[in-house]
Amino acid sequence: MLYFSDLLQYSDVFLSALKTTVELTVLTTILGVVLGTVCATVRQYGNRAGQRVVSVYVELIRNTPFIVQLFFIFFGLPAIGMMLSPWEASMIALTINLGAYSTEIIRAGLASISKGQIEAAKVLGLNFRQTLTRVIFIPAFEKIYPALTSQCIIVMLGSAVISQISVQDLTYAANLVQSRNFRAFESYLVTALLYLGLSILLRFAFNALGKRLFAYRTSN
Amino acid sequence: MKRLTKLLGKTLIIAAGFSALSASADVLQDIKDRNLIRIAVPQDFPPFGSVGTDLKPQGIDVDMANYIAKEMGVKIEIVPVTSANRIPYLQTQKVDLVISSLGKNPEREKAIDFSTPYAPFFLGVFGSKDVAVTKIGELADKTVGVTRGSVEDLELEKNAPKSVNVRRFEDNNTTLTAYLSGQVNLIATGNLVAAEIAKRQPQRAPESKFMLKDSPCYIGMAKGETALQAKVNELIKGALASGELNDISMKWLKAPLPKGFGA
Repeated sequence: MLYFSDLLQYSDVFLSALKTTVELTVLTTILGVVLGTVCATVRQYGNRAGQRVVSVYVELIRNTPFIVQLFFIFFGLPAIGMMLSPWEASMIALTINLGAYSTEIIRAGLASISKGQIEAAKVLGLNFRQTLTRVIFIPAFEKIYPALTSQCIIVMLGSAVISQISVQDLTYAANLVQSRNFRAFESYLVTALLYLGLSILLRFAFNALGKRLFAYRTSN
Repeated sequence: MKRLTKLLGKTLIIAAGFSALSASADVLQDIKDRNLIRIAVPQDFPPFGSVGTDLKPQGIDVDMANYIAKEMGVKIEIVPVTSANRIPYLQTQKVDLVISSLGKNPEREKAIDFSTPYAPFFLGVFGSKDVAVTKIGELADKTVGVTRGSVEDLELEKNAPKSVNVRRFEDNNTTLTAYLSGQVNLIATGNLVAAEIAKRQPQRAPESKFMLKDSPCYIGMAKGETALQAKVNELIKGALASGELNDISMKWLKAPLPKGFGA
């Protein structure tokens, strides 16, 4: 017997949790991709010192578990006087995590732009910033767009871990409801479906944005 | 057939003897006659009872047992028990008293008798000295850390004001870490856990703010031993008045007895 009606009285809990997860996802996706773009540009075109710094950051984050990064920021940093709320700590942890992974993905896109194209821009009198924004970024992003989309979704799903530091996200809601009415099957199934819905929505949003960003392909 | 009848007869006589013995027994008198009291204590439940580095039992219950024996002026035999067999030990008269962090409940009261409480055992809200709360109503707009799904979590949900910000963590250790790192300045937990923090991190020793659920420890004894019960209650009263109980609490729980304890 299944008792989904037992979850109804907790619909507020699920709704506010959904809001938290969505807010964090939107914010960290934007910030993470911006961070990744900056870092990838530095790693690809920057000076030696800059490249060093970025590669240390990327390797550090990509080779340690997310939960350890999160616990370090939330439980560790207060020891040196940096007290962050659970929400702030999660936002920062998710952003630097996505930033590191997206750096590598975006760098692959940048590396795929042929030298000739950059030289052509130079010959036409564009400076480096113009070359980046008008010649390099759009085709570079187009190449790695599916991988970047997947990475953002992975980070959104990975955000389930932040319930461990008492952020009231979807997983927190599922755990809480389950600890109150012991309807584990129902709570986690509903939560899984909500995550699935969010993933599909996020993919739709990325596709819609992609159509606009890479419109030059279809318009000619 | 004759032998069998004889055997049966003997068994009956022995059984009758036993029941007569237990019916007429005055355990307090027995203790005095043999100049020895046998007390069951835990050996696997610090700080109530554990084995010290000198391989001797130590803890609140052991101190309490020694105090009782000393005040009665008899020798003591410490009998280590587990939480599962402490009441059977009493019922089969292997021990005279059980001092083993024993809580009272209706089922147990049917089987054995209890003294007045001798040690505090409660769920409560604890916190750093600078947070001023004295009762659950004052938790409004305050942040409290708690382990999700625990009894203290449910008590908070039931009784605390709606505006309280409850931060729920996965397990006891994470809740403790949240308190020790300063992420929360109030936690709802048991007084034993608070004592453990006080021992490990004296500079952030949590102070007891108020109780959520009280379940103190009692001394257990066989049913109907009114003389023994009166004696034990008298000794506990004395220890409470002389400050002996408070000293034991300070020694093992790093906290004084709660206000109004034993009243």
